[in-house]
Amino acid sequence: MSMNREGRPTRSEAAEGAPATYTGNRALMLEEPLIFELGEEEGCGVDFEDFASPGSRLGGLERNRPIGLPGLSEPQAVRHYTRLSRQNYAIDLGLFPLGSCTMKHNPRLCEKVARMPGFADIHPLQPVDTVQGALEVIARLGGWLVELTGMHSVAMSPKAGAHGELCGLLAIRSALEARGDAREVILVPESAHGTNPATAAFAGYRVESIPATTRGRVDLDALKGRLGADVAAVMITNPNTCGLFEPEMIEISRCVHEAGGLVYCDGANFNAIVGRVRPGDLGIDAMHINLHKTFSTPHGGGGPGSGPVVFSEALTAFAPLPFVEKQGDSFELVEEETAGEHHGSSFGRMVAFHGQMGMFTRALAYIMSHGADGLRQVSEDAVLNANYILRRLDDLLDAPFGHGGPCMHEALFSDKGFAGGLTTLDLAKGLIDEGFHPMTMYFPLVVHGAMLVEPTETESKAALDQFIGAMRSVAERAIAGDQSLKAAPIHAPRRRLDETLAARKPVLVWKDPPRAEAAE
Amino acid sequence: MRYLPLADADRQEMLRAVGASSIDDLFVDVPEAARLPDKIEGLPDHLGEMAVERELARLSRKNLVAGEVPFFLGCGAYKHHIPASVDHLIQRGEFLTAYTPYQPEIAQGTLQALFEFQTQVARLYGCDVANASMYDGSTACWEAIGMARRITRRGKAILSSGLHPHYVSVARTMARFTGDLLEARSPELVAEPDTAALLDSIDGETSCVVVQYPDIFGRIADLSALAERAHEKGALLIAVVTEPVALGLIRSPGEMGADIVVGEGQSIGVGLNFGGPFVGLFACAHKYVRQMPGRLAGETVDAEGKRGFVLTLSTREQHIRREKATSNICTNSGLCALAFSIHMTLLGEKGLRRLAQVNHARACAAADRLSSVAGIELVNPAFFNEFTLRLPKEARPVVRTMAEKGVLGGVSLGRLYPGVEALERGLVVAVTETSTAEDVEALAAALEEALA
Repeated sequence: MSMNREGRPTRSEAAEGAPATYTGNRALMLEEPLIFELGEEEGCGVDFEDFASPGSRLGGLERNRPIGLPGLSEPQAVRHYTRLSRQNYAIDLGLFPLGSCTMKHNPRLCEKVARMPGFADIHPLQPVDTVQGALEVIARLGGWLVELTGMHSVAMSPKAGAHGELCGLLAIRSALEARGDAREVILVPESAHGTNPATAAFAGYRVESIPATTRGRVDLDALKGRLGADVAAVMITNPNTCGLFEPEMIEISRCVHEAGGLVYCDGANFNAIVGRVRPGDLGIDAMHINLHKTFSTPHGGGGPGSGPVVFSEALTAFAPLPFVEKQGDSFELVEEETAGEHHGSSFGRMVAFHGQMGMFTRALAYIMSHGADGLRQVSEDAVLNANYILRRLDDLLDAPFGHGGPCMHEALFSDKGFAGGLTTLDLAKGLIDEGFHPMTMYFPLVVHGAMLVEPTETESKAALDQFIGAMRSVAERAIAGDQSLKAAPIHAPRRRLDETLAARKPVLVWKDPPRAEAAE
Repeated sequence: MRYLPLADADRQEMLRAVGASSIDDLFVDVPEAARLPDKIEGLPDHLGEMAVERELARLSRKNLVAGEVPFFLGCGAYKHHIPASVDHLIQRGEFLTAYTPYQPEIAQGTLQALFEFQTQVARLYGCDVANASMYDGSTACWEAIGMARRITRRGKAILSSGLHPHYVSVARTMARFTGDLLEARSPELVAEPDTAALLDSIDGETSCVVVQYPDIFGRIADLSALAERAHEKGALLIAVVTEPVALGLIRSPGEMGADIVVGEGQSIGVGLNFGGPFVGLFACAHKYVRQMPGRLAGETVDAEGKRGFVLTLSTREQHIRREKATSNICTNSGLCALAFSIHMTLLGEKGLRRLAQVNHARACAAADRLSSVAGIELVNPAFFNEFTLRLPKEARPVVRTMAEKGVLGGVSLGRLYPGVEALERGLVVAVTETSTAEDVEALAAALEEALA
């Protein structure tokens, strides 16, 4: 810690007192206007060949007013977006400890592979004979996801984690309906991701919450007490959102099955156990895998994700269309027309085309790069890094479940002990000034002022030590009630933003100002 | 392992620091029966970059690349030229490796780009507001139907026969579980879309009418009458646009009265990618914004009064509202939305119009040339860059035969509507700025040969 405190610059009173610059810029910190303030309708960064116009066959629907799209030449556009990019934090810049989001390094080999023309430049409706390599990628990745999870089958088409949840629940509902046993309720632990109850409602279910124990686990007795003929399924995250493994998972599954229900597992935290535990051995019936978490396809500022779902034998027949099947030496795409013969009980299609091919190639390259040995090392290092953070901070910060044993891939802290009205939000904003992206805040809801820290396996010990030093420094300020923390961040491209104003008077699109010259 | 920075010495030191004698101590909560004693069987061990690249390159070469042959496929995914700078910019680590912008002070790059994207989409569609993207067009279409149900409190959606069959399939799947009633009609291989029939079927129970524009066969029809009738009956008009380039030349659905406009944005900036990832576009009238699904970036100010952007109206969303959310969507298609926005910025008004003109001119020339082949008839006289031909025989084997000769000649309706005899001679041909006159000649020759 001493290293860090000595290394921290003193508060920049000098800079704050410095005269404003003409541009509003501060050296490398550049203010960037909107394209609507920069560009003009005549601006353009693309050249077109001359062409002969044979007249119009648009059925009389020619556009008769301008759209209002500004254009920029290539140098202007490159500069605009490069300047914008520099106002973002990213994994490439440093540790990104967002709990439950698994922000790990994105290998650039995966980017290169995804851009091979044979993958990036093929159309989803090409005859299947012309896309055998693509179908083989899907089949191979799917096969490996089945191996890694110890499940029976996989649906590759879901577009992201929440879409995968929906896929799993629709399969569950189809299976229950097929046995003439429509049930209405999905049980969700109170610590669950918000997507779980939202998905259950989206799939037509009523949601009930099950409580957690003081040890941060599902309350098995409460669960047993609630199970019955109306419960379709239990949605469980394991490892859970407190960063803990559910030690009674096998028993939970057994009880749910005994009561005629099914077990859905939110696989968001699969990174903690990949290569060491197979969800299939825990009695799980369906689990989505966020390829953008465990298998490191880039998050891209909010997607695209990819959420394949693995199924137990009980649900396999109900999996969605389409999927890839090996038939002899070739790969076939099972779609609506052939589904009748092979998979008459499939619940149908949930997306156009065949899923996130661009994410499949990346995830496959990631899995091949790591192999069976490397993936096991991934979960071990991810868990070791999180425990290291937990034990280096739990003398200072309250770790509500820390006394009960090790955590998995993420360490959970509360705001207990903060003084002077300082909160988790203040600590998070203080971390921004230290050059780190904050941890997940106020989630899970079961812990007051929760701070969920997930370092992932791609951090070096030196990076962890620096982060721990920064955490300690900011936490000490919070515990001391240092009011200057309320002003943080002061070194970011923006100070705290007024979110209430944004929601009260939503400005969601740019409106051109009235033209000044009109008045003259 | 090149992606794992910890050295064995680090691991030992860290284990000591946490008071564990071995890594197994950290997995004590896993029931004995579920602990794998060793690495997973059935997976090979790790490979170097070169080996992985070589193997995946081998697989990629088994595919016939669109850019290397005469290529005419569309039907919801279009091949357009993407400027080199688009891919360069989205690969900047600050965009590529950032998360959803939950900490706005250090995510202004993503947030401002999303705000610009929303404005571009809203203007293109002729709507007041747009969100920060959906997974793709097909899921955006279903979300729009759900939104119409919430707004009108009615459960019957009428789907035009010109709506992409995959989009219809997705809606059918979802409606089975939500209890929505879908009235979908079968398409016919005729010149005009089914506007007249749709007008007749809108009634007091209807939540929305869903119309694709241009439709799956490439047909274009005015939506104004549908909008008017829908509004008379208290229903909404949802327009679906799978080819955004068309809107550079034809009127926007919003101008014609559509309440919600959704679609696929892949044409601009994203590329074919065998169908994903794509980017769903979603826009509507301002009065419906609180019923909208998905993320929204909004303008605000910071503590010093400087303009900045945040994710806003999140009380609609799953992480706040849980089971009462407007949608379960969490991740959207952020990086593809950025690619769309960059490409659109490079085009601008002038470029988009030019691009659309080139597409339309090439398509007109191709339609003339191809319908001059003996036995082939052009089905729809009005189109943008995609039209349907009626062949003298079943189109699906013809497409396969042409593919064997290295010509990707279009999408047979047999592929999209398997088993529907009345459509089996239909071939949908898309012609963009990437299709040359020589390509069209190659297609004409391949059709002549395959039909002979």
